[in-house]
Amino acid sequence: MADELILLDLWSSPFAMRVRIALREKGLDFESIEEDLSNKSPLLLKMNPVHKQVPVLIHDEKPVCESTIILQYIDEVWRDKAPLLPSDPYERARARFWADYIDKKIYSTGRLVWATTGEIQAAAKKDLIDCFKLLEMVLGDKPYFGGKTLGLVDVGLIPFYSWFYALETCGEFSLIDECPKLVSWAKRCLQKESVSKSLPDQYKIYDHLMDLKKKFQAQQKF
Amino acid sequence: MADELVLLDVHVSMFGMRVRIALAEKGIKYEYREENLANKSTLLLETNPVHKKIPVLIHNGKPICESLIIVQYIDEVWKDKSPLLPSDPYQRAQARFWADFVDKKVFDAGRKIWRTKGEELEAAKKELIDALELLEGELGDKPYFNGDTFGFLDLAFITFYSWFHTYETCGNFSIEKHCPKLIKWAKRCMERESVSKSLADPITVYEFVLMLKKKYGH
Repeated sequence: MADELILLDLWSSPFAMRVRIALREKGLDFESIEEDLSNKSPLLLKMNPVHKQVPVLIHDEKPVCESTIILQYIDEVWRDKAPLLPSDPYERARARFWADYIDKKIYSTGRLVWATTGEIQAAAKKDLIDCFKLLEMVLGDKPYFGGKTLGLVDVGLIPFYSWFYALETCGEFSLIDECPKLVSWAKRCLQKESVSKSLPDQYKIYDHLMDLKKKFQAQQKF
Repeated sequence: MADELVLLDVHVSMFGMRVRIALAEKGIKYEYREENLANKSTLLLETNPVHKKIPVLIHNGKPICESLIIVQYIDEVWKDKSPLLPSDPYQRAQARFWADFVDKKVFDAGRKIWRTKGEELEAAKKELIDALELLEGELGDKPYFNGDTFGFLDLAFITFYSWFHTYETCGNFSIEKHCPKLIKWAKRCMERESVSKSLADPITVYEFVLMLKKKYGH
């Protein structure tokens, strides 16, 4: 019986992008259902009652939630192709550590760069550049964080490439000047079809984030 | 060559306790080092420069950080004894999901209970009770979250039991009243030596929190 894979998806979500990349890396067919987070589908509410968020991967009607957990699930079920985690336990722990670091830092810090102004934005910009420089050190001379092929950390981080234009424009800085290695790494990832097919256009994302920024700033005003 | 294991920890930390339980479950000998978070050791700053937090497990000189990552590492290296994660990928994903839920919801709400007053405190109490009720639902009628045997999610959550007295006292409520099944489960886990020897005494935890409240004026 062929596996039935449904992804409750959102074109602009970096977390959903991760799952799209992983499924494509493994050569898996899946159905993508675009969610409207302002009007969540009964299926989403049924499959992720705890967080009510995307992405959700539904495999033969059983849901898996939280993108990093979904990536590990995909890697464990479809073990024989394009492994995302190495086999050595210490290297696996390192990969999980950096995937967790990306989860904790990049979304929230990056968001402050494109959504705020003034001192908060300036502090976030410095913080984000420091994060990216740290990740550059972790990458070292390897083509990918995963070594010769895409790994958990690559898949976790590359969706944020779709934010690069928005970050540079709002933050008024150049990523290629601050973090040239990271930009080379990103371009290398984009040469892979699994990645280029899964990431939206940076300008489309910029427009979308600017809409969110308006909403965010409206909420902050008293 | 015998394995050299050092655990940088803080006695009352529910995250550190997880690693202690995992090491005990596997029957692994290690050197325990108590950290003073107001005066972090050079070793801690060197082995966890990114977060500067405990626990850190140092295995033959190589550090592993973040409690759930450490537990999975221990489970993978010492795989022949007392497996903690289930072998089925779907059940593993479920265990990881709920452990992540504990980290996000139980920890945050619990922390707000001893750090806030008034409306904020009441909101935090509701948050915590909601989270605990969801976990109780997930437990269902099983003896352990893992099923018939103690496993990863039991280990990840039981350490918070040592903090229940603190939450209840600071928040003036009874967790047992809202989640009696959880308390039964906790007492069942406490019958395991690996758990009872690894958890801090609830009174010790409360006294530690009182000290912090005084120090930081909460």
